[in-house]
Amino acid sequence: MLLGVAIAMVAFYAPLDEDGLNQKIFYFHVPIALTAYACFGWGAWKGLRHLWKRSPGADLESYVAIHQGVIFAAMTLVTGSIWARYRWGHWWLWSSKQLVLFLVLFLFYSAYFMLRFSVEPGPRRANLSAVYAIFGVVLIPVSFLAIRLASDYIHPVAFEPSGPQMSGSQFLTFCVCLAAMLSLFAALYRLELAGKRIDARLRELRELLG
Amino acid sequence: MIRARGLAKRYGERRVFAGIDLDVERGGFTLVTGPNGSGKTTLLRLLAGLAQPSAGDLDVDATRGQLGFLAHEPLVYRDLTALENLELYGRLYRVPERRERIGMLLERFDLWDSRNKRAAAFSRGMLQRLALCRLFLHEPSLLLLDEPFSALDAEGVELLDRELALRRGEATFVVATHEPLRLGPLASERLALA
Amino acid sequence: MSGYFADVAALARKDLLLELRARDTLPAMLLFVSAALVIFHFALPAGTGELAGLGLLWVAIVFTALLGLSRAFVAEREQGMLDGLVLAPSDRSAIWLGKALAALAFLALAEVVALPLFALFFSGIDGATVAGVALADVGICSVGVFVAAMSIATRARELLLPVLFLPLAIPVIVGGVGASVAGEPARYLGFLALYDALFATICWASFEYVVTE
Repeated sequence: MLLGVAIAMVAFYAPLDEDGLNQKIFYFHVPIALTAYACFGWGAWKGLRHLWKRSPGADLESYVAIHQGVIFAAMTLVTGSIWARYRWGHWWLWSSKQLVLFLVLFLFYSAYFMLRFSVEPGPRRANLSAVYAIFGVVLIPVSFLAIRLASDYIHPVAFEPSGPQMSGSQFLTFCVCLAAMLSLFAALYRLELAGKRIDARLRELRELLG
Repeated sequence: MIRARGLAKRYGERRVFAGIDLDVERGGFTLVTGPNGSGKTTLLRLLAGLAQPSAGDLDVDATRGQLGFLAHEPLVYRDLTALENLELYGRLYRVPERRERIGMLLERFDLWDSRNKRAAAFSRGMLQRLALCRLFLHEPSLLLLDEPFSALDAEGVELLDRELALRRGEATFVVATHEPLRLGPLASERLALA
Repeated sequence: MSGYFADVAALARKDLLLELRARDTLPAMLLFVSAALVIFHFALPAGTGELAGLGLLWVAIVFTALLGLSRAFVAEREQGMLDGLVLAPSDRSAIWLGKALAALAFLALAEVVALPLFALFFSGIDGATVAGVALADVGICSVGVFVAAMSIATRARELLLPVLFLPLAIPVIVGGVGASVAGEPARYLGFLALYDALFATICWASFEYVVTE
């Protein structure tokens, strides 16, 4: 529901800046990116809980959070790419640190799934996944730093794509979008988690009967 | 020394066993029997701490340094000599008077002459005897043996019989076998896996 | 405390001894890196600067390391030795540290050949590059050995190693190439040191969970 409000606000309320439609994408792009970070952070936290406290459901929660995170990361790349196309005329910008960071993270977290699918379900898989999720969260700031350092020798940047300066009403719209994205994550997370838990229960019941 | 209630282990969709209860007294000798695939090896791995139970409670009153495990594989590096392998284990297990103990065990299991040969050159019987050296090196008080007689040659069988008789009562044993007749007299308890 | 380092030493010694006997990994790494450098000559069209060559040097180093790392836990996996090591009363992180030190030795040996060869084929190597290589090696071996242990627990085994390793290696490449080509290499060397400290620490702290259930 909040998402609906957000879309409406973006479409009608926020004043247009000179770029027109493409600037609206920005209202989605950054909140989606921030939500992706939140997903990965949450996934790492749940991974830590699994390793440290042996919380029983933590592995599943970590997995679902990271799954959501990858979806949001993919959306970040798509929306970022669209924005870049409209604003700068290219589908991809190496000079956009945010975009490059998400590319690296996308690679990293895609490997998470390859890892997970290559191990039998059980405590081993949970351990490996949790450790990898924690590595991911450490990689985020390190990669960002690396990308920043790399930009100095890769090509002297003529322009740095950054978001538009936001006025009051734009900022409000932005915040609403952010809240909408986070609640979208929360909703999808709960949905997927419930679904997976039902799967697990079904399997357990089949075990008991069979 | 070991107490298990309602122990179960599952690998993915495959259920290995469930509902196992086990009580092992200090100095006891428990025989675990069952056909192939019944989970004898898995149970031993759980007791050794190499795997976690999927359900149930397990309490093993022994530290890693007190535990001896004999697996299907001899657990030695093929490219190292018998001496080098035992040296490594001796260091990791902080075995006191390492050199002497290694020498003594190699002699006892009739491997002294082959001590500088690479494990890759050993016959199956010799490998199993080397595994036994490894097993007894740190004087474990809890021994988990997975089909110890299966890979042994005639000489090795004799040597192992002697060792088991020697230690029976001092150390605690849990032995998985599908030849319960041979070890029957030594056993104080049996556990049959379906 | 001394017991821990004694364990690490015993394990590292074991790995070096195994390689000495088998003599398969190190020669392959040496041949690979030499062949890679030759390929790079053919891959650099005229007009690309000296700096492009330096960038490719780092690519060669990372992929040579990957080659070596794929063999890191093969003996343990094929002979069930990981069980043997995990059962021992020593700290499991000693397994990682011992093997990482051995891997470091192999990688360093490969570079002792690769760097002069590069200087011969392409352009000179300066002090900053060597420092960068030394620092990068620590990061590569720490993370590489860790991830190699993860990959042997999977069905895909060695296939998964590059997939898991390369994203984590990106910051190392940046640090290394930066140290080689940038005007002020200090920043990049500092960054490599940061990467090493950070990742070696989390590898050390979490290796236990990679080899146990």
